[in-house]
Amino acid sequence: MELTADKIKELVVKPENKVYAKTPLLTDKTLSYCPGCGHGVAHRILMELVEEMGLENDTIGIAPVGCSVLAYEFMNVDMQEAAHGRAPALATAIKRLWPGKFVFTYQGDGDLAAIGGNETLHACNRGENITIIFINNGIYGMTGGQMAPTTLPGMRTSTSPYGRDTHMMGNPLKMTEIVAMLPGTYFVTRQAVHTAKHARKAKKAIKKAIEVQLEGKGTSFVEIVSNCNSGWKMTPVKANQWLEENMLDYYHLGDIKVDGKLVKEIV
Amino acid sequence: MGELRLMKGNEAFAEALIRAGADGYFGYPITPQSEVIEYLMAEKPHERTGMVVLQAESELASINMLYGGAGAGKKVATSSSSPGISLMLEGISYMAGAELPCVILNVQRGGPGLGTIQPSQSDYFQATKGGGHGDYRLLVLAPASVQEMSDFVPLAFDLAFKYRNPVMILSDGVIGQMMEKVELFDPIPRWTDEEVIEKNGDWATVGKRPGRERNIITSLDLDPYSMERHNHDLFAKYKKMEEEEVRWEELNTEDAEYFIVAYGSASRISQKAIDLARAEGIKVGLIRPITLYPFPYKVLQEKVQKGAKGFLTVELNMGQMIEDVQLAVKDNAKVEFFGHVGGVIPTPEEVVEALKTKIIGG
Repeated sequence: MELTADKIKELVVKPENKVYAKTPLLTDKTLSYCPGCGHGVAHRILMELVEEMGLENDTIGIAPVGCSVLAYEFMNVDMQEAAHGRAPALATAIKRLWPGKFVFTYQGDGDLAAIGGNETLHACNRGENITIIFINNGIYGMTGGQMAPTTLPGMRTSTSPYGRDTHMMGNPLKMTEIVAMLPGTYFVTRQAVHTAKHARKAKKAIKKAIEVQLEGKGTSFVEIVSNCNSGWKMTPVKANQWLEENMLDYYHLGDIKVDGKLVKEIV
Repeated sequence: MGELRLMKGNEAFAEALIRAGADGYFGYPITPQSEVIEYLMAEKPHERTGMVVLQAESELASINMLYGGAGAGKKVATSSSSPGISLMLEGISYMAGAELPCVILNVQRGGPGLGTIQPSQSDYFQATKGGGHGDYRLLVLAPASVQEMSDFVPLAFDLAFKYRNPVMILSDGVIGQMMEKVELFDPIPRWTDEEVIEKNGDWATVGKRPGRERNIITSLDLDPYSMERHNHDLFAKYKKMEEEEVRWEELNTEDAEYFIVAYGSASRISQKAIDLARAEGIKVGLIRPITLYPFPYKVLQEKVQKGAKGFLTVELNMGQMIEDVQLAVKDNAKVEFFGHVGGVIPTPEEVVEALKTKIIGG
C-alpha cells in the first residue's frame, strides 16, 4: 500500500483519534495576527473557557484599539469595539446594567497602560466586577513598532531608535502591580503563553479570573506577557527566547493578589 | 394633570430621566449642570426604578460608559457643560458611527477654553454640524423652559432609539439654573431585561441568543467600499430625520413682517422683546427652532415666500445659527445677528433696538 497524504489522512483522521478541536467560540476567520504572536493563544484560551464554563450566551466582550482591534472578528460571542483605552469604561456600564453577564475587556499595553491608564485605574479602584485581560508585549504592534509604556529600558523601537532612555522617556510601567494595590481588585496575576506549560497555567489563571467575576468579588486582572516578533524584529523562536530572558526578568510571572490579598511583595 | 413642582432646569432633567425609565446615568460634575448628578444621587433612583447612577472619573469615561450601555441595548444618558462636551466628542463620534442611541445634555457655558461658568449658546456649531471627527449628525433638541428640560427627555429617548443615534439636548446655563413651575409626566416603567432583548436584541450585545449570529458593536470598517456605504446609510438616516423630525414654535407670526429667530434662553428674551416692539406697532414674530438639527429651513423659506422683510437672529454667541438662517433665506430678505457672549445676557430692549437699527432701518 502506498502511503499517500490522502491515504494517511483516511487512516488517521477518525473521531476516536481526535485529541483536540478548535472551540466553536473562535470563528473560522483567518487571524490578523503575525505568525508566532501570542494573541492567538490568548484568544483560544479565553474562548475555550467561555465554552467550557457554559457562558456562550452570557458573555459580552470588549475589544480594544491596537493589534487586537479586530478581536470581535475572531471571538464568537457578543462583542463591542471600544475607542482607544476606553474598554474598562464600556465594561463598567455593561456589567452594571447587565449584572448577570460575564463581561471582559481584552486590551494591549498601549490601550490599557497609556491612553487608557485612567479608565483602567478607576475601574479597578471602583472594584468593577469585570475581568480585564491585558496583553503586554512591550511595544505598539499595530501602528508599526513604536515605544509603549511597558517598553523595557534600552529596548529599541521606532520611536526609541537608540533604545529607551529612561531619563528622557521614563521607566516601564507595571500596571499590574499598580492595580494590585487598589482595594477594588480581587484577583491579579501575571502569566505568559509562549510555551505549552505557560499557556496551561495562564488558562487556569483566566478561569479563576472568570470565577471571581461570577462570584461577584470585584475586578479580576490578568496580564499576559507576550511577544511581538514583528515589532521586536526577531523570528518567533528568537522572540520567545528574548521574552524569557528580558521581559520575564522585569515582569515577574505569578499571582500578585489572590482573594483580595497581596501574595507577593511589590517592588 | 401631572405633579407640579418648582424646580431648576437641571433638576427637572434629572427627575425626568428617572421618570422616563432610563437605565443608567453616567456623568462628571461641571458647572453649571452639577445639580443633575447631585439630584440623581440624592433621589436614589436605584431604589425608585432600579436605574444605575455613577459618577465617572471624567467626561471621557462617562461617554464611553454610554457607549457600552447603549451598545448593550439599554437607555443611557449623561450631562455636562461645554468643556466637558468637548471631551466627550470622541465618544459621541464613535456612538454616531456605531449607531448607538443615547441622550446627552449640554448646559452650555461660555468659551473658548475654560471660558466662563456663565450661560452661553456658543456650542451651536459643535452640536449641529457634527463636532467630533467624521461625517455625522446628532439630533439636537433645544429646550426653552424648565418644562421642556423635563418633557424633552422621553422624546429624546424615543428619537434616539427610533434612529439609533445620539440625541443632544442643547440647553444653556440660564435654562439649567433658573427655577420654574414644571408639570412632571407620569413615570414610564423601565424596560425589563426581556423587553430589552425583545426590542434591541437583534443588534445590541445582550449576550448571544440561540438562532442568531453574535452581535458586534463597532464603528470600524477597513473595507473602503463598505465604509463608504456605511456613510451613505448614515446620511440616508439623517435625511429621514430632516423629513420627519423638524420641530419649531411660532409666536405672533400670523401678521408679521419681521421675524426674530432664536432658541433656548435667547427665545425667552426675544418673546419679551416682541411684546415691546408690538407695543410700538412693529409687526414682528418669533420663530423658535426646537430641533436645531434638523433645522427648520422650510419654515423660514415659507416666510420669505409670503413676503418677510427681514430676520434677526438672537443668540448668546458671536453668530452661529445665523448661518443656517442665511442658508434658508439666501439673499431674498435681510438677515442680521444680535447677541452677547461671555455670560452677558441681552436685554429685551437691546433686542428691539437691534431690530430697529439692523433690520427695519438698516
